[in-house]
Amino acid sequence: MAGRDQSLTVSGVLAASLILILTFGTLAAVGWRAEGAGQLGPADFAAIRFTLWQSFLSATISTILAVPVARALARRRFPGRGLVITLLGAPFILPVIVAIFGLLAIFGRTGVLSEISRAFGGEALNIYGLHGVVLAHVFFNIPLATRLILQGWLAIPAERFRLAASLGFRGRDIARQLEWPMLREVLPGAWLVIFLICLTSFAVALTLGGGPRATTVELAIYQAFRFDFDLGKAALLALIQFGIGGTAALFALRIALPQTAGGGFDRTVERWDARGRLSRWTDVLAIGLAMIFLLSPLTAVFAEGLRGIPDLGAPVFRAAVASVLVALASTALALLLSLSLAHLIVAMGHRRGGPLLEALGYLSIAASPLVVGTGLFILIFPFVSPDYLALPVTALVNATMSLPFVLRSLVPALREVESRYGTLSESLGLGGWRRFRIVTLPRLRRPLGFAAGLTAALSMGDLGVIALFAGPEQATLPLQLYRLMGAYRMEEAAAAALLLLALSVALFWIFDRGGRADADA
Amino acid sequence: MLTLESLSLTQGDFTLTADLSVEAGARVAIVGPSGGGKTTFLSLIGGFLQPDRGCILWQGRDISRLSPGDRPISMLFQDNNLFPHLTAAQNVGLGLKPSLKLSPEEQDRVDDALTRVGLAGLGGRKPAQLSGGQQGRVALARVLLRAKPLVLLDEPFAALGPALKVEMLDLVKELVESSGATLLMITHDPRDAERIAQQTILVNDGAVSAPVDTATLLRDPPDALRDYLG
Repeated sequence: MAGRDQSLTVSGVLAASLILILTFGTLAAVGWRAEGAGQLGPADFAAIRFTLWQSFLSATISTILAVPVARALARRRFPGRGLVITLLGAPFILPVIVAIFGLLAIFGRTGVLSEISRAFGGEALNIYGLHGVVLAHVFFNIPLATRLILQGWLAIPAERFRLAASLGFRGRDIARQLEWPMLREVLPGAWLVIFLICLTSFAVALTLGGGPRATTVELAIYQAFRFDFDLGKAALLALIQFGIGGTAALFALRIALPQTAGGGFDRTVERWDARGRLSRWTDVLAIGLAMIFLLSPLTAVFAEGLRGIPDLGAPVFRAAVASVLVALASTALALLLSLSLAHLIVAMGHRRGGPLLEALGYLSIAASPLVVGTGLFILIFPFVSPDYLALPVTALVNATMSLPFVLRSLVPALREVESRYGTLSESLGLGGWRRFRIVTLPRLRRPLGFAAGLTAALSMGDLGVIALFAGPEQATLPLQLYRLMGAYRMEEAAAAALLLLALSVALFWIFDRGGRADADA
Repeated sequence: MLTLESLSLTQGDFTLTADLSVEAGARVAIVGPSGGGKTTFLSLIGGFLQPDRGCILWQGRDISRLSPGDRPISMLFQDNNLFPHLTAAQNVGLGLKPSLKLSPEEQDRVDDALTRVGLAGLGGRKPAQLSGGQQGRVALARVLLRAKPLVLLDEPFAALGPALKVEMLDLVKELVESSGATLLMITHDPRDAERIAQQTILVNDGAVSAPVDTATLLRDPPDALRDYLG
């Protein structure tokens, strides 16, 4: 790449180093502290077992339940289908703590189902424990699994279904010859993504788990840190968490993760075998049940949230402002880091460094926010009180956590810009920052807007590092909501949940819209 | 006899109409400018599109409500006539049973069909390991096994070279002659029509005309066909 400004390379290297420090540096700090730390007790082994078991259950149940829903969406065309598919993308930007509030309103001790049960002389439901954790994970991951599997269905060429129809295939034959081979390829990848996500689950375990029988490693790190002030134990657990996540990520790379972003959902396949009444009703049932399961908690958040608005106090609004600021900072940082890194990745091409650098960007999937947070705490602790840095550190860690998603949407887009307009730019003498400003940035508007929206929403809803660092007077909105729920101030909590949901969606919408506005083809 | 009774289908601002019949056992070419409705016409007969009006009769029986697989029809498309993940023998075997649970006797029939089209011993290969001509032969072996009285070809051999295409069409002719099946085939080459089809149907701008003698038609083509043939 002749004419490339050195500063772009420099910024790329800087970004890569920062990411290295945040992932491996913090891990090293943790490892250094963990040396000579206490042995793992039975409770810690229980946490490891629970982490693996709940992830296994969550991934398995989510993928199995998603299959009929994906099949129904693949072969039915109906009004509102586009809306259903958009909704399936929503959990990405839905704050975990909001969803949990909604799930409690349905499945909790005083929730709708418990009321019904009591009305018939039964007992109230107990959502706390393994089944609650799995329920929340399934709620979050059925949509993801459905989208991944739906992609597999729609990737079967329409011509094959046509050929199958011309040969008189029945539903069973199509399942055997076309659908089962596809599922065999798609399901392991989808299962693994969800397994990975559930491994690093913190907020769900924090609210619905806990106790000796339902503690994840992430939650154990938090407890060792927050309640026992046992840095050595926290560090040891952090190493274990990195080991679990890293191993799973290695497997994931081998199975080739399915793409999460991307469209192409607006098509259905013509199915001449699925005109029967039975198959129609199973499809209606699959989509209907999925929608009820996904929408009822959200409806509860709306209904109770609107009622609770008068109860909202000043701390909630302060927390909301802090959250928005953190989200904006985190977004700016994530874009800066990923643009620098993406430039370097694309410039290095397929030479040895390129793929390695790209892998580095995805590393934070394995590094859990609490591990990074623990490491940063150990590094910062000798110099300043972590309280002061709670919000900046949260922004930094949130930016790192969204890097994999941002890179996944930016790197391919940047590659295309370079391959399509690279030679033209060279011939016009456009290089370095000028090329970046005049050619690259405008061409990347859409993926940038989407990535920014995603980062902002993820950061807005994050309840992880902040719980580790925040002093009693500090809070982001998710943390404040968690505290309100802990204090059983449910009316105010409901309104805070609604506010959090609205802010997350609004931030995503604004950025994503900004990327689309007069973006010419 | 295949009869299309005042059949019509509208898609956007395009309307296809057909009102004609074809003798059983005839070999009929379908010609006409592209975009004129040839593939739409064949898809209607095959059951991949539903007509707005009219009906399709085969030997006096209305088949226009049947799903594609239940019609007395074997159809080959322009491409994607084989499943890439199945072997040649399995692709042919689908013509007997979509479940592919074949008895030894049925396996023998698959092998015989492959031998008939000149692919003896190649049944274990997947489509990617076969040449374009061989892939066409696999598809024809399946047509042979299905033994449906109507065979529809939507230019399945268009991508092959001229010599190979002639070879495949000769094979088609031989197969339908021995089974007595009725053949409807789209072509854009009048020489193909002359070679194997006694009759030709002209499809132009949505209007499907009744079959006429191929030689006569080509000797004195109507204006639309003359423009197309150049």
